[in-house]
Amino acid sequence: MAGQAAPAGTGRLAALGAWIDERFPMTKLWKEHVSEYYAPKNFNFWYYFGSIALFVLVLQIVTGIFLTMSYKPSATEAFGSVEYIMRDVEWGWLIRYLHSTGASAFFIAVYLHMFRALLYGSHRKPRELLWIFGVLIFLALMAEAFFGYLLPWGNMSYWGAQVIVSLFGTFPVIGDALIEWIRGDYFISDITLNRFFALHVVALPLVLIFLVVAHILALHEVGSNNPDGIEIKKTKGGDGHPLDGIPFHPYYTVKDLFGLSVFLVLFAAVLFFAPEFGGLFLEAPNFEPANPLLTPEHIAPVWYFTPYYAILRAVPAFAGTQVWGVLVLFAAVFILFFVPWLDKAPVKSIRYRGPIYKVALMVFAANFIMLGYCGLKPVVQPFKTLSVIGTIIYFGFFLAMPWYSRIDRFKPEPARVTS
Amino acid sequence: MSEAIDRGRRQLLTAATALTGAVGVAFAAVPFLASWKPSARAKALGAPVEIDISKLEPGAMLKIEWRGKPVMVVRRTPEMIAKLVASEAQLADPGSDQSRQPGYAKNPARAINPEYFVVLGVCTHLGCLPQNRFQPGASADGVLTADWPGGFFCPCHGSMFDLSGRVYRGVPAPTNLEIPPYSFADSGHIVIGLDQAKEA
Repeated sequence: MAGQAAPAGTGRLAALGAWIDERFPMTKLWKEHVSEYYAPKNFNFWYYFGSIALFVLVLQIVTGIFLTMSYKPSATEAFGSVEYIMRDVEWGWLIRYLHSTGASAFFIAVYLHMFRALLYGSHRKPRELLWIFGVLIFLALMAEAFFGYLLPWGNMSYWGAQVIVSLFGTFPVIGDALIEWIRGDYFISDITLNRFFALHVVALPLVLIFLVVAHILALHEVGSNNPDGIEIKKTKGGDGHPLDGIPFHPYYTVKDLFGLSVFLVLFAAVLFFAPEFGGLFLEAPNFEPANPLLTPEHIAPVWYFTPYYAILRAVPAFAGTQVWGVLVLFAAVFILFFVPWLDKAPVKSIRYRGPIYKVALMVFAANFIMLGYCGLKPVVQPFKTLSVIGTIIYFGFFLAMPWYSRIDRFKPEPARVTS
Repeated sequence: MSEAIDRGRRQLLTAATALTGAVGVAFAAVPFLASWKPSARAKALGAPVEIDISKLEPGAMLKIEWRGKPVMVVRRTPEMIAKLVASEAQLADPGSDQSRQPGYAKNPARAINPEYFVVLGVCTHLGCLPQNRFQPGASADGVLTADWPGGFFCPCHGSMFDLSGRVYRGVPAPTNLEIPPYSFADSGHIVIGLDQAKEA
């Protein structure tokens, strides 16, 4: 369209479009990423969660901006200002519950989106970098959620931050100086709250947006994977477009809108009828203000951190330090970066893989949920032993993958996608 | 001038520029990273605290706040000090080997001067505030039984500590109460947060 005269009868709007296109690649970007981005035609249920996660990111940014308009990041005022938002600000309760429920929804979407990758081999060559950007988003999201959790300045906020920050104190030699540097004080104080606020509302959202853009650019460069795990770019039609591909718009914009509306029904049900979700999304001790002199009966992080919290607690202290648990915790997240190279199977999708991977993945998923449950519970039996077994299974799934992914019984991949 | 590109020279200049730039970035990062350290105000508020113990009666306790945590100072009577040895068999860590204290407080009295006991009022289980239950025997509220020798009791989960803050076996707290760094300014004043000089 650029440089051409507007077709007769399309009016001033087309002329304006042409004027912009000569100065900014508007139509080019639209075509490249939306109307002429060819996605495989066989996407199923599992392919909704990327767009849902993107929607929740926007929701969190918008509700977050409105929350900062009434929130006060100071130790004396923070708890009160959240109560003020809940009681006195018009629709403040809705904006706050949208934000708190959105945080949990974000992790549900991201966990299912990651599980989809493991199902259909979406992390395999040539999508390794796409996966790495994804793991970085997961890391940034965990940091974002952790910093945000301190802001209501409830007692669970306070003690949760205390426990997580003191993890860094377990490092030999530098530990004490490191936690002092993170807190900016000798205990979690007004100073700590103020800097966590800055990280939560400015620094990490910028990082997240940058990573999400990189994730989508990498996706559009290599093209989407699909439930068959075969490359649709290998079979192109006369027009140069993949025969098994359909333009993202209108086909997937409409399909994703349908998925989004189903998601929103569930989201609204939680938002309006169970925003605390039985203490899982908003924990009971957080309805009292932070009290440095009174610890909650039982400190548990929010549900989306509990699998990793269980892993942390499963590792015993030895040689006089707790640092091993912290190292294993970090290893549990960092091992995700290597999955594209740990998986040695000749096919990508679970549809053409044998029983070994099918069983391994199901055991891993069930085990992850079990670890999450253990992380919510106090350190007593049987959760102690279950956490240890769960940690071994978690790492076993990844570390034994180069071996078991190779010896499986495979089916031949089709040349074209199946319906 | 020659049209040929001197690649070696170009590489050297690129590497030198990149290196100089990297050094510059490292220097420029220092102020930002250092700004996260405790500020002058935080340091002033966390400075050592001097307390007057000259008017503390034998058997009595003082409580002050230091760096957001309660610090307890107990003036022990000779009977209280004598009891420390008797309770040792029931303690989890009588030698304080697994516990946190400065070197000068790693002794049965866990003190520089056994008469004055300085301890952080933070239960090593989950950080609650232990109470002083120095009176031996059963307590009026019934939580302590007749064989209670006197010491600290944590109301949250029932952890029990002796008069040196040493934890009893079979309670939730894993280690003895922490001793903060402190020193005697003179016979009537204790400074919390300032280590005792080596020769003392």
